[in-house]
Amino acid sequence: MSLNWALSLSYSINPDYTYMKSELTWQEFIITRAIKASGYSAIVFVALIFFFLLREGLPTLGEVSFSNLVSTRWYPIEDYFGIVPLITGSLIVTIGAALVAIPFGIGTAIYIAEIAPRWMREILKPLVELLGGLPSVVLGFLGILVFSPWLRVFLDLPTGLTALTGSLLLGGIAVPTVVSVAEDALDTVPRSYREGAWALGATKWQTIWRVTLPAARSGVLTGVMLGVGRAIGETMAVMMVTGNAPVLALSLGSLFSPVRTMTATIAAEMGEVASGSVHYHTLFFIGLVLFLISLAVNVAASAVVFRSKKRAERILS
Amino acid sequence: MNKIVIENLSLQYTDGTESLRGINMDIREHAITALFGPAGGGKSTLLRCLNRLNDLTDVEEISGRILLDGENVLDPQTDIIALRRKVGMVFARPVVLPMSIYQNLTYGLELAGEKRRSVLYEAAERSLKLAALWDEVKDRLDDPAIALSGGQQQRLCLARSLALQPEIILLDEPTSGLDPISTGKVEAALQELKKDYTIILVPHSVQQAARTADYAAFFLQGELVEYGDGAELFTNPKEKRTEDYVTGRFG
Repeated sequence: MSLNWALSLSYSINPDYTYMKSELTWQEFIITRAIKASGYSAIVFVALIFFFLLREGLPTLGEVSFSNLVSTRWYPIEDYFGIVPLITGSLIVTIGAALVAIPFGIGTAIYIAEIAPRWMREILKPLVELLGGLPSVVLGFLGILVFSPWLRVFLDLPTGLTALTGSLLLGGIAVPTVVSVAEDALDTVPRSYREGAWALGATKWQTIWRVTLPAARSGVLTGVMLGVGRAIGETMAVMMVTGNAPVLALSLGSLFSPVRTMTATIAAEMGEVASGSVHYHTLFFIGLVLFLISLAVNVAASAVVFRSKKRAERILS
Repeated sequence: MNKIVIENLSLQYTDGTESLRGINMDIREHAITALFGPAGGGKSTLLRCLNRLNDLTDVEEISGRILLDGENVLDPQTDIIALRRKVGMVFARPVVLPMSIYQNLTYGLELAGEKRRSVLYEAAERSLKLAALWDEVKDRLDDPAIALSGGQQQRLCLARSLALQPEIILLDEPTSGLDPISTGKVEAALQELKKDYTIILVPHSVQQAARTADYAAFFLQGELVEYGDGAELFTNPKEKRTEDYVTGRFG
């Protein structure tokens, strides 16, 4: 009641007020619509990409028999379209990369956030970011010229271009992502948590392991998922160092032999395939499988992160 | 009996902000000693010297001695972990660790290497009773500790430090975020606890200092202005500055 009165008063006192108000609403209208449109466009683009993938990839299911598709032989020139070796190739390289990236990444993040003195942190943090910005083809170059010959001699293998080489290199590529995100998460853990633990007589290590790290869990997990996501989608470096032989990789021994990943297959063959052919559709089908795998990883990760967040929210409310 | 003897303690932070200048103080056993005064007076700094929590902040220089049972706490040779188990601390904002109520209580003991479940459970129950929280949480010890109210969280923090059976309890404005009822509960718990423990309290108001303190020390800008019997200091201060602060003329 009194508010209305005050408003009408301000209208009558200030003749410009109505004008200013409409001006503001106009700007506001345009800005909110623009933001809304850009938000929706992200969804639309993803949907379009997905639709494109489906349109180009799904015909494979009609053109190639299912038993052919799940066979272990990839030899498109003679119409062998078994994608299983490619999937196992991707999996073995990605799992290997995760095994490298997770301990190193989290370890480095802990060192930078909790242990390193301030001056060291100020050097290391930008350095890690820089490492994350290196084009993967440069790292692939390093891998093919330096790393794989060394690995071949060191492990006495017939070739240095193996799944292991790819795993180690991909792990190295994923580490900066893990470090960067996990370090931010550790950094946001309130100082009071650490002091609380110290005051109870916890050592520095006990504090990190049992208080700081669990408190930063969701951020650390996000970092790991982003890192693994980067590893599974990485193409160039992998193509350069894994040897690209479409061999079924199931045993531990296949770590030391060449493999071919899904991404490398698409990148290597897409340029030479006749548009609209069976091979062409199959490559898109591989892309579709890759998309579903990374979607599953992301959904699983966000389910874990989201659940813990929801729990915290419920408690706080 | 004097539990702690502070001799000529001076401290300077790196950024030159808060500091302590030539503090001499004897702290009595089985009593509540309140350190009070306006912000920036060095009360928390002194408190954090007693369990060496200041080690982790940017201290430029520290001199003097703090004798706890005759041993110098500031000696570089001191076993800090053992010291912190002996000198428990409760902070202004309750710091519940991200785990269940029960785990919060047993955490300190587990860090100290205690594994027997019966010992852990007994310690949890005993310390919860001491902190006057047992009746409120006994049926939900496995709930996340963050689910407790602010006052309960603060008493949980008190219970957590009690579980380690310390000899001294440091409290840094433990009731600053609490409602009057919770504050009353914490203060009542402290009155019980002082029979067995040495309590050093930084109260969040002069009134709280007057209510709770057996001995009181008035700090002003890093200096110990007056120290003595609580009742005496609040009713009949010797120093003009103390009187002005206690009566509310500044601060």
